[in-house]
Amino acid sequence: MSQSLHRTLKHLSQAHWLSPVVLLLLWEAGSRTGLIPERTLAAPSTVLETLVGMTTSGELPINLLVSLGRAALGLAIGVAIGVVLGLTAGLSRPGEAAIDPLMQIKRTIPVVALTPLFIVWFGIGETPKIALIAFATLFPVYLNLYSGIRGIDVRLIDAARSFGLNRWQIIVDVVLPGALPALFTGLRYALSISILMLVIAEQINATAGLGYLINNARDYMRTDIIVVCLLVYAALGLAADALVRLVENRALSWRPNFITA
Amino acid sequence: MNAILSHNRFGLTEPVYRSDTEAYGTKPSVRLRGFTRRFGDNAIIDGLDLDLAPGELVSLLGRSGSGKTTLLRTLAGLDGTSGQDVSIPAARAVVFQDARLLPWKRVWENVALGLKGKDIRKRAEQALREVGLGHRLDAWPLTLSGGEAQRTALARALVRDPQLLLMDEPFAALDALTRLRVHELVLKLWRIHKPTVMLVTHDVDEAIALSDRILVLDKGRIVAEERIDTPRGERLALTVALREKLLGCLGTGHISEDDDLTVVFDDKPNIPFSPSDPF
Repeated sequence: MSQSLHRTLKHLSQAHWLSPVVLLLLWEAGSRTGLIPERTLAAPSTVLETLVGMTTSGELPINLLVSLGRAALGLAIGVAIGVVLGLTAGLSRPGEAAIDPLMQIKRTIPVVALTPLFIVWFGIGETPKIALIAFATLFPVYLNLYSGIRGIDVRLIDAARSFGLNRWQIIVDVVLPGALPALFTGLRYALSISILMLVIAEQINATAGLGYLINNARDYMRTDIIVVCLLVYAALGLAADALVRLVENRALSWRPNFITA
Repeated sequence: MNAILSHNRFGLTEPVYRSDTEAYGTKPSVRLRGFTRRFGDNAIIDGLDLDLAPGELVSLLGRSGSGKTTLLRTLAGLDGTSGQDVSIPAARAVVFQDARLLPWKRVWENVALGLKGKDIRKRAEQALREVGLGHRLDAWPLTLSGGEAQRTALARALVRDPQLLLMDEPFAALDALTRLRVHELVLKLWRIHKPTVMLVTHDVDEAIALSDRILVLDKGRIVAEERIDTPRGERLALTVALREKLLGCLGTGHISEDDDLTVVFDDKPNIPFSPSDPF
């Protein structure tokens, strides 16, 4: 065996992209030979075709925008409320006493289980969908910001006081920047939860959006469309994570793991 | 009154001022009379009298739990004095043991923290150049070495042009060689800027090498005082005897079999930030 072939094989055996590609090839082969029926799972090539078709027809972009709008609005409301509650509980004792017990109670209830109640309260329009996303994303933001503020080194605050900073300056210069890494952790959780809740919320009588596409496809047993929508959900999750990382890299450039020597 | 106290009057009745600081007048820079601070029934500082002359470099020695930190916090104005007879200068600055730089602010911004007025950046730069960090202005604090961080903290204190410079074991975390260099730097800066310096330290040799006067604090009272008139740099000869004497005052003996180690070490827990603390 030649040296270079040996090296190539060794290289391949350690490649992380290999197993997904093999699976994809097996899947395609299974579909072509009729081992996997179309109504069980469409072939990767069919999925790709459908993806291109739905994109050029505008069906996918339009529904994706609807879903993105829901997620963004719900997330914005949830993050805003979470930040306000986290700041209030983190920076004042009465605030903590008022807010934290409620949040801990809320934590024990899975938000998904609230769906029926939200439908009773808000009907089956846009409101319950956005409310579900907002309600679910609020908690990780609150919890991380609150514990981030409480985790600030009291010695830094002492130092700031010794240099004559007043309470407001200490909050702006010491407490908030110090709690920022924790807030970003919460934000990252909130983003992935918002995608998750989007999937669940869009099962409620949606007339547009990715969930609507999936439900329709289910009724017509179009597994290719279902897989396309799953791909889009996955891409959304990845994009959301990349977005937070980008913002984090800029905002937390002082942290050693971001500093390139 | 305590017998030791009445022997060592700490220059209370006849304060001895350094001749080169007479221009500042005869008013002490720091003056405490009968200062007491309690936590519950526990008196951390108990009827303490203290005078620091302007421009004087005083070291404060003491074991853990002797009240050093409490005294330093009082002089720094971090704890209230609740109407007691305490006078401290308005311009104060503290150098802490652990530098305490804000990691999210660049080096010069840390030095400029809380400064008011014009040319803040220029003043911060100048202070940093004075401690030899002119090339690290825009660095992030977490990229600094221990010595660099401590010099930044020194610059942050100096830029305020303090009348009273408080140093809380500022060299404890430095390696031995860096420590000697920072000693020299502190002495140099002290001679230029002439602040009153209160250096809290565990290190008897350091106190002997740097100070005009050494105070030993125990159970919230000053139990010994040594004034050193020998010029710095010629103190090697006097170190051995003085060292033994001061270590005796600090009770640094051997640990015997039946000693309670929790008492011997007297470690204190870290206290996390709480919004009900004053800040």
